[in-house]
Amino acid sequence: MGAGETRQAIEAVFRIERARLIAGLARLVRDFDLAEELAQDALVVALTEWPSAGVPAKPGAWLMTAAKRRGIDAIRRNKMRARKHDGIAMELDGAFDPAEAVEAALTDDLGDELLGLIFTACHPVLSADSRTALTLRVVGGLTTDEIARAFLSSEATIAQRIVRAKKTIAKAGLGFEVPRGAARAARLSSVLEVIYLIFNEGYAATAGDDLVRPTLCQEAQRLGRMLARLMPDDAELFGLLALMDIQASRLPARTGPQGALVALTEQNRAHWDQPLIRRGLAALARAEALGGDGPYALQAALAACHARARRPEDTDWPRIATLYDRLRWVMPTPVVDLNRAVAHSMAFGPDAGLRLLDEIADTAALLNYAPLPAARGDFLFRAGRLAEARAAFEAAAKLTRNAREAAYLLARAGACD
Amino acid sequence: MRVMVIVKATEDTEKGIPPTPEAMEAMHRYGEAMAASGIGLVDGAGLMNSSHGKRVAFDGASCRVIDGPFAETRELIAGYSVWEVKDMDEALAWAKRWPNPESGRSEIELRPLFTWQPSEESFAERGL
Repeated sequence: MGAGETRQAIEAVFRIERARLIAGLARLVRDFDLAEELAQDALVVALTEWPSAGVPAKPGAWLMTAAKRRGIDAIRRNKMRARKHDGIAMELDGAFDPAEAVEAALTDDLGDELLGLIFTACHPVLSADSRTALTLRVVGGLTTDEIARAFLSSEATIAQRIVRAKKTIAKAGLGFEVPRGAARAARLSSVLEVIYLIFNEGYAATAGDDLVRPTLCQEAQRLGRMLARLMPDDAELFGLLALMDIQASRLPARTGPQGALVALTEQNRAHWDQPLIRRGLAALARAEALGGDGPYALQAALAACHARARRPEDTDWPRIATLYDRLRWVMPTPVVDLNRAVAHSMAFGPDAGLRLLDEIADTAALLNYAPLPAARGDFLFRAGRLAEARAAFEAAAKLTRNAREAAYLLARAGACD
Repeated sequence: MRVMVIVKATEDTEKGIPPTPEAMEAMHRYGEAMAASGIGLVDGAGLMNSSHGKRVAFDGASCRVIDGPFAETRELIAGYSVWEVKDMDEALAWAKRWPNPESGRSEIELRPLFTWQPSEESFAERGL
């Protein structure tokens, strides 16, 4: 194995261990920056020692021990660090037995630390933007540059966002703990929201030329799976996993040859990713067995209705309309109302859809929302009111920020002859 | 990306000797550790030994069925799984941790699947 390959192999090991390493260190030193720094130091030591000594049997425990050792060195060198660090140095000394560290490497305690890291990165004191950036950085291990590219932002913006987020967490004195009791449910919904935001930014890119950015989808699914291992009894978490798997199953069919959007009803269903659908349906079954009827479980049930239909005409639209009626209670948003109108139009005809659209047409949140006129255009088209349909499609095309979506809408306007 | 992990047969798997409880436990822990790292398991199963297998050999238009067991144990497959990983390096890092019994030789093979990958070109075009 050449030096480059060895380095790659070590870096791959590090990537696997990184989140747990940072989680354990952050819990110990209560400081994101110091934890990341120590983890990075441990990687440097590994890159020096492993090529000759070989990769240790328990690389995670090895890296943790190395990081802690560096931590003690740093703290001893740096006497002006706050007094609390003295305590930590003693704690570190106490936990110095490598055999013990090896034992600890695969226990649930570390899982708890990882969970604490996820909960802290997704803490509601942070803005949604900060939470997603910080989570991708410290839990997902993406570089600032990768996050910036995924969100079509500049590296400086993302770096600043992460710095600010870390400061906010330090200022709030968050202890990287897993919340217990009633606080846990509230905090979990913030975690799930972050994961789904990341997924959606990948699945339905809100800006730019690309309709999907699958790296973000994959990263969100990865975070969801990590969480599912740590919290195996949460219905909404499994609902979210199901939702992401089933939506991701359509990625291969969602863009045409030139990268243009292909609507659900027009997708080539043979290109849907069946293993993902199976996995998604299994997760949904688990969510339902856990009594899930929250927003994610219901949305997953909706996605499953489409996934089960081999042909568009097999879609169980009345069931979808019913699920939207239920979703509206737990997730009363204008967008759900809009989708409900679409479902009712498919189940009971375009006029039923138009009636529901009229009920929500004045909602402030939907005023500049392209999918509203797009849906209206579709209902009008199906009702044979072509001139009105054309106007609606054209209005929708003006509102969307996505270049390819605009092209799709203009094509539909052009078909209104 | 998806990688198929092909677990090659051993003398034991071909004899139909089930894994020891320790080996099962090690495999379970391995799976848990992978899940905790967010590695996706798309599919996977163990296979019955080759005495239950059939081969269909084609020669032009004709075909012939060959009943198991088959020779060349080490080339046979005892199980497979399909992982969702970032890249081959990550798959390899996990594969190296495969809980192989201490006394014994076995081999697993990693092969990337052809899967849909959207073009990343537009990133490059925009110079991002």
